[in-house]
Amino acid sequence: MAGTTRTPTNLTQGAKADAGIGASTLRPDGTLKVTGEFAYSSDMWHEDMLWGFTLRSPHAHARILSVDTSDALAQAGVYAVLTHDDLPTEHKKYGLEFTDTPVLADGVVRHHGEPVALVAADHPETARRAAAKIKVEYEELPVVHDEASALAEDAPLLHPGRDDHHAHEVPHPNIVHRQPIIRGDANAAARRADVIVTGEYEVGMQDQAFLGPESGLAVPGEDGGVDLYVATQWLHSDLRQIAPVLGLPEEKVRMTLSGVGGAFGGREDLSMQIHACLLALRTGKPVKIVYNRFESFFGHVHRHPAKLWYEHGATRDGKLTHMKCRIVLDGGAYASASPAVVGNASSLSVGPYVIEDVEIEAVALYTNNPPCGAMRGFGAVQACFAYEAQMDKVAAELGMDPVEFRQLNAMTQGTIMPTGQVVDSPAPVAELLRRVKALPLPPENQWESAGQTADVRALPGGLSNTTHGEGVVRGVGYAVGIKNVGFSEGFDDYSTARVRLEVVAGEPVATVHTAMAEVGQGGVTVHAQIARTELGVQQVTIHPADTQVGSAGSTSASRQTYMTGGAVKNTCEAVRDKALQLGRRRFGTFHPAWATAELLLEGGKVVTDGGEVLADLADVLGDDVVDLELEFRHRPTEAFDIVTGQGFGHVQYSFAAHRAVVEVDTELGLVKVVELACAQDVGKALNPLSVVGQIQGGTTQGLGLAVMEEIIVDPKSKVRNPSFTDYLIPTILDTPTIPVDVLELADDHAPYGLRGIGEAPTLSSTPAVVSAIRAATGLALKRVPVRPEHITGV
Amino acid sequence: MDGTSEVGLRINGKPFSRVIDNRTTLLDLLREQAGVTGPKKGCDHGQCGACTVLLDGDRRVNACLLLAVSLDGADVTTVEGLADGDRLHPVQQAFVDHDGFQCGFCTPGQICSAVAAIAEARAGWPSVVTPPDTPPGPVEPTAAEIRERMSGNLCRCGAYVNIVAAVREVAR
Repeated sequence: MAGTTRTPTNLTQGAKADAGIGASTLRPDGTLKVTGEFAYSSDMWHEDMLWGFTLRSPHAHARILSVDTSDALAQAGVYAVLTHDDLPTEHKKYGLEFTDTPVLADGVVRHHGEPVALVAADHPETARRAAAKIKVEYEELPVVHDEASALAEDAPLLHPGRDDHHAHEVPHPNIVHRQPIIRGDANAAARRADVIVTGEYEVGMQDQAFLGPESGLAVPGEDGGVDLYVATQWLHSDLRQIAPVLGLPEEKVRMTLSGVGGAFGGREDLSMQIHACLLALRTGKPVKIVYNRFESFFGHVHRHPAKLWYEHGATRDGKLTHMKCRIVLDGGAYASASPAVVGNASSLSVGPYVIEDVEIEAVALYTNNPPCGAMRGFGAVQACFAYEAQMDKVAAELGMDPVEFRQLNAMTQGTIMPTGQVVDSPAPVAELLRRVKALPLPPENQWESAGQTADVRALPGGLSNTTHGEGVVRGVGYAVGIKNVGFSEGFDDYSTARVRLEVVAGEPVATVHTAMAEVGQGGVTVHAQIARTELGVQQVTIHPADTQVGSAGSTSASRQTYMTGGAVKNTCEAVRDKALQLGRRRFGTFHPAWATAELLLEGGKVVTDGGEVLADLADVLGDDVVDLELEFRHRPTEAFDIVTGQGFGHVQYSFAAHRAVVEVDTELGLVKVVELACAQDVGKALNPLSVVGQIQGGTTQGLGLAVMEEIIVDPKSKVRNPSFTDYLIPTILDTPTIPVDVLELADDHAPYGLRGIGEAPTLSSTPAVVSAIRAATGLALKRVPVRPEHITGV
Repeated sequence: MDGTSEVGLRINGKPFSRVIDNRTTLLDLLREQAGVTGPKKGCDHGQCGACTVLLDGDRRVNACLLLAVSLDGADVTTVEGLADGDRLHPVQQAFVDHDGFQCGFCTPGQICSAVAAIAEARAGWPSVVTPPDTPPGPVEPTAAEIRERMSGNLCRCGAYVNIVAAVREVAR
């Protein structure tokens, strides 16, 4: 085989730029990404490596009667075939929150596509064909596929004998977790209502559909350990789950982040990590596993599909009186992040509004459907679709403008959440709505004024030339949402950063080493900016992310700039203090300001807060190296009470509002999103270019959920559309212009006053688009994605 | 007739010849045999465009949909072959400057596709959205033209707004 060994992309050449925080610095990995040199996990290559393949269950629920691997093993080129019986230790399960997911099926398969056996061979095609020769005899079992079948008296239990920390609280063993929230007296408050509006809503199963499929390379080490190069969101969480299954101490499982082709929550759970390591340790050879697109749809968890029942009351003058809701999330066969998704869905179910009397219940079910877990927006997306539909409905019932109605009930700083938590930083909900509404609208009905030269391509159906404007109606819709930032409910959420400051070739250089997964969000850009700002250096080197440094937590929950950015800031400050101590020791006698003034590092020099230069940083450091590794924590949170749902559960909140303009061909049910404007409060934009990119990306994924994206699961719990032909994500043609208005109101609890931004724009995008379709068509539209048949009624 | 053939082509200007299984796609030949991993395998079914490369100059193709044996003598340019030494191709530079990507996985395909799309428009090739009364000659690179011509390349991070801006800057 030709070609050189591919190792994780080395970002250590340093990004030279002047820009600190607040500047739109370009990505340090940008050049590598546009030249094809950036090594993604699927690009890893090693001399003499084998290819792994996973045999998966064709059934959603079945007993495995027998497995015969002899024909597969007999095939030339096959090095190993592993089943559950070959697992090396008594630890045969893993999981993010509960350890409930078998590494390989343990006599029962609980969902379509569950891993049953592994093959390692010298060619991927050989591995695939060998896997096809494994004879598995199944006895199909009845499937649990919705709430009724999960909670039926004779329902098969997905996990009998549960011993997880929610097992003793749940009303039924097929309920992963249940979180009620009771505040005030919703029934009493309902008596004050002049109007009561109820609604039942449904959200389909969305897929992260990251373009770089699950992949990685495991290389057995001489010490009996293993080196794993992989695309993930959280190296140390992977490590914690991998090591026990392999029977290795964590220090013998050395993980390095390789290039990550998108994540969006779908890489928070393990996929091929343990499998590749098992095959590598069994064969003594490096093993690479790369899922294809079909397999990728089975290889990671999805967004929980949900059914939501809501009741709102309001007085004639437009004040919300109360809210009751019940949210049922389908968690699928294994828990994954379901408990935390329930926590979010329940605690954020009111939305960014002031409602003092609420009665809330959210549950996640165990079913035989595909496992669901983290996806951008995490429980808040489902709730936002429903409560925003309700806001439109209540406003219509009162004859009020839907934006004014929202503004009248909008939360502000000081509002008490349904959990009893006081919102103690800016919550500019009404202002975001005002801003997004104030943006100029795209030109009206251009097909009417344009006459013969009507621009067909701008109409629904566009290039298919399905209409020249007849049957097309325009609608405008608004929505606003609230998302928590960081890990909640008492989780010990921390990040670690190691920062080294030294002189290289006469110039001070900072090296930032964290385990943060750069998945495209631009964390590495921001880390370099922070180091420049805090240490006054130009040259910053970003060390590859690995497990040789402490955990950075997950690249999820909109938390990385806050948390690992905060860790980099924190460590840089400590490094700066050490450097200044060195300076005082070396030069303190030469100038009184060393002892008396507030000292800063700027432009490679030690300066006083008055701007006087005391010394070159390079001279201060000399041959000394300052090298520190420190942890950073956000303020502690606490669990929600299991009966009342009360508790200081969230670290920070994040808000975005959208205005959608759509045109709908009512005869064919085709929707064209003409424009999707967003206003978001980001606290402080550390990198405005990246901030706008995140907002546009989240907005686009919300558009996808609104009108096209859904994994179809049939009544036998089988996935019907695992391909990009049948699971559609927005193309460049589907994505409209996305004007973005960024508001910066500092949160004093957060580093630089910043707010986590990645998820909020994914929330309100979906309901805004659907609100606009409702406005255009007059239809109720209670489920997403909205399909043509929902509009035409055929 | 053992199911193999010798194929010789140029990859980014360098000759490459090999006896290959006739079923090998151009994408697998590039990635697994020639060590050219810029083109990405996002779907292997011609749905995502991450494997887009240029054939014989600036004809863009999905490398996953072509059998390498059909390309004997062809000249293949991947994203690795666009820069002039350390100087990025203008499209590459524009993607960096406009932040036309986040994770970057689709970017090699986006960039090859954009290079060819710009060349096609300049050569006066109409697209399906080019108005029929457009006079012969270079096609104006409007946002609608760019969206249409780039619609075979998925970007899940949703960097489309910036991709349009990047391509437009170079196309002008």
